[in-house]
Amino acid sequence: MLQIRNLTKIYDGGVKALDNVSFDVPDGQFLAVIGLSGSGKSTLLRCINRLIEPTDGQILWNGEDITKASPEEMRRIRRKIGMVFQHFNLVHRSKVITNVLAGRLGYVNPAWSLLNRFPKDDIEKAYKQLERVGIADKANHRADELSGGQQQRVGIARALMQDPAMILADEPVASLDPVLAHSIMKHLEDINDTDGVSVLCSLHFLDLVHRYADRVVALNAGKLVFEGLPKEIDDKKFKDIYGRDAERVG
Amino acid sequence: MKNNKKASPWKSLQIGLATLLGLVVFAYGFQITQVNLEELRSEKRQESLVRVTRALAQPEIFEYDQTEEIVNQPFYVTCPSSGSETNIPEPDTSAPYLVITPACANPGDIVQVEGFNFAPYTTGPVRFVPGSDPTNIVSLGRDTAETDGNGHFVVSMEIPDRPSDDVQYIRATLKKNVGAPHLTQTAYDTWDKIVETVFLALLATVFGTMLAIPLSFMAARNLMKTVKSPLTSIALSTLGWPIGIVIGFIVVRWVGGLSSGLGSNIWINLASIVITPVVVIFGLRWALPQEETALPGRALQITRLGVILLEVLIGFFGLFQLAALTMSIGKSLETSLGSFGFLGYFLFQVGDIITILTPALGALAAGGTLSNFMGRIGQLASEKLPMATTKILNIVLSAAAGATVLGLIGQLVEWLYQIGNPLYVLWAPVTVGAIAGLLLAVFTKAKESLPIGLVIYSITRTLLNTMRSVEALVMAIVFVIAVGIGPFAGVMALGLHTIVSLAKLYSEQVESIMAGPLEAIEATGANRLQTIIYAVIPQIVPPYISYTMYRWDINVRMSTIIGFVGGGGIGFLLQQNINLLNYRAASAQMIAIAVVVSIMDYISSVMRERVV
Ligand SMILES: Nc1ncnc2c1ncn2[C@@H]1O[C@H](COP(=O)(O)OP(=O)(O)OP(=O)(O)O)[C@@H](O)[C@H]1O
Ligand SMILES: [Mg+2]
Repeated sequence: MLQIRNLTKIYDGGVKALDNVSFDVPDGQFLAVIGLSGSGKSTLLRCINRLIEPTDGQILWNGEDITKASPEEMRRIRRKIGMVFQHFNLVHRSKVITNVLAGRLGYVNPAWSLLNRFPKDDIEKAYKQLERVGIADKANHRADELSGGQQQRVGIARALMQDPAMILADEPVASLDPVLAHSIMKHLEDINDTDGVSVLCSLHFLDLVHRYADRVVALNAGKLVFEGLPKEIDDKKFKDIYGRDAERVG
Repeated sequence: MKNNKKASPWKSLQIGLATLLGLVVFAYGFQITQVNLEELRSEKRQESLVRVTRALAQPEIFEYDQTEEIVNQPFYVTCPSSGSETNIPEPDTSAPYLVITPACANPGDIVQVEGFNFAPYTTGPVRFVPGSDPTNIVSLGRDTAETDGNGHFVVSMEIPDRPSDDVQYIRATLKKNVGAPHLTQTAYDTWDKIVETVFLALLATVFGTMLAIPLSFMAARNLMKTVKSPLTSIALSTLGWPIGIVIGFIVVRWVGGLSSGLGSNIWINLASIVITPVVVIFGLRWALPQEETALPGRALQITRLGVILLEVLIGFFGLFQLAALTMSIGKSLETSLGSFGFLGYFLFQVGDIITILTPALGALAAGGTLSNFMGRIGQLASEKLPMATTKILNIVLSAAAGATVLGLIGQLVEWLYQIGNPLYVLWAPVTVGAIAGLLLAVFTKAKESLPIGLVIYSITRTLLNTMRSVEALVMAIVFVIAVGIGPFAGVMALGLHTIVSLAKLYSEQVESIMAGPLEAIEATGANRLQTIIYAVIPQIVPPYISYTMYRWDINVRMSTIIGFVGGGGIGFLLQQNINLLNYRAASAQMIAIAVVVSIMDYISSVMRERVV
């Protein structure tokens, strides 16, 4: 169970990206985070694994307050939270398999990283994850030789290497075409269903939300403006979330 | 546009004024730099210019062995009054001889010098030898003789203004090349020095690069910005450095003593070199498990720490043994290998370097480790202890750290300037440091994370920028004073300059890497070291290589002139020859420099293309 309590983030410039946001995510839920560009979706997801330091509020995960964790504890918490990014964030010049193995860094002893050594089990596991997302044949290619869809699968494989209990996906399909978008979303859905991993996924397209999400939270200018089932988003709610002038498409 | 047109008279006036100002600046510049074309036109200058240019065009690279026939013919300048020409003996006509007509003359007269019986087709100077000694090496005049197929020549020469009552001489020195051309001594010397030059550049580049890489991370804002620590941790890790360095130095030196106590028996050395790595690897494998899901218990942690420490000591012991072995092998090779003795010399030096550097390495390693360890304790303390206790702890530790740092700086000043007054170089800095630390602890929140990374970043940047503005040549002068004339001073100077300039360039590359992968690796739970290895390094490899190549180019160029100030390499020879007006030799060295620089340039551009 992830509990967000009065979460506020004010950036150095004074921008209030999150304003007193509270909601819960039960284990195993697929939660969509929606909202206009600049509404604070990325900020919210990054506060959860503290890539961004929240200004105020609490993030309780199974009772442990993430915002209070020491660097050492943070390392243990982060390794259980996989993250998938809009721009994939692979290390371009490294091989695909190295990128996937990097998901294990929170577990391995840092001293061995100096020598670029991973345990045998991890390497096997990495090949298995690549198989699972369907690109085992690309293991020894350089990451930047892959297409966008393939790169995102590597990103998912990397997250899976962490044995995550939760995956944060920040617009994982925003840079992909609709067909690829569905294939990536299906991978996330499968991970959510078969492995029982909670997924927090920010999305721009409502049809994806309807198709994949169990529940939705919506942000507008940092404030939580909607929390409920996808089908509850009617025209009025839609205008609350996206503004008065927004038109529904698709 | 309209505005521009309106203001155009003003603009013209401005341009006019700027031009005038420019003219004045240039006029002043001409005066200051003493631009004087008159000097170029003067006949004396032109003559020497021609001479130097000609010499430069004939580099002293190849030469022939020569046979030389020298004949000194007695000669009177101003004829003796009594007409006693009989003083001059008849020449021996079976050997080469000279006939001068007339046999005596006044200064300024033209005489005809005829040579017979010389070897055919030889050339050489015909000169007047003043004084009454035929072996005198001083000679006057610039006439050149050239024999025909019969070994005969005729030259007209003007008699210089050297009247004397004694007999003087006219000397013909005819030379003939024999055999094939071969390299001159200058060529051999140049080769020696050019090799020295290339290796000077190589060593400076390698050492400079190795040290510049870690420095460049410290000078990269994007990496250091996120480094934050509570004051307890900062103070403790600051204290950890000096304590660790002292302990490390003492302990490693003790290990060194242990090692040399075993004597330089090759078999013992060999055995320890084989055994220690095995022991170390197995020990570390056990003490540093590759992956662990559960936190180990206290007892296990402490045992592991002990094992790691022991392994490190064993490792250092192995290093000392390795040094002893290389030194003894080097020594025996140096005598037995003959012309490849330099390999033995190299091994011996490597061993020596290891012996000297190991305690320093141990000191640094211990300093870093202890600092890291104490920092963690500080982190833990500030997490676990209550607010008030932390505050008091902070005040004490921060004051101690401040006092230590400033005290050490004071001691450095004392060592540099020998002020000799402990009030200024010890008590005052210690007090100021303590007060500064105290104030810092009082005015920050006890458990707040302070941006220590940015502080380190600023200090590193400032240091780099200051040092970078010092020319390598100036550094060379300093090092020549410190370690004496020779290539070692050059290596140090070029190495230091390489460190500071590369660290700056590298750090700019680190600052421009993509932030995405960094964020992604951090999100997996990787610590700082792992983030650098997996997200930063892959991104900076190509620019690092190309900058290193670029620096290698610069170092080769610099190393050719660093000898001008005594830093070794070919510059030393070049400067010497220029000062001795030996332009043909200087020309050979200039050609060597040009060849080496262009070859290096080519190699580095090829490699850059390959790698990047
Ligand atoms: N590093 C930063 N410093 C200052 N302001 C920031 C920073 N990052 C984001 N912001 C601001 O915070 C607000 C929320 O940004 P955020 O990136 O979370 O939005 P988002 O919902 O993810 O938008 P998008 O859909 O475009 O990705 C924006 O107004 C943005 O300008
Ligand atoms: Mg975003």
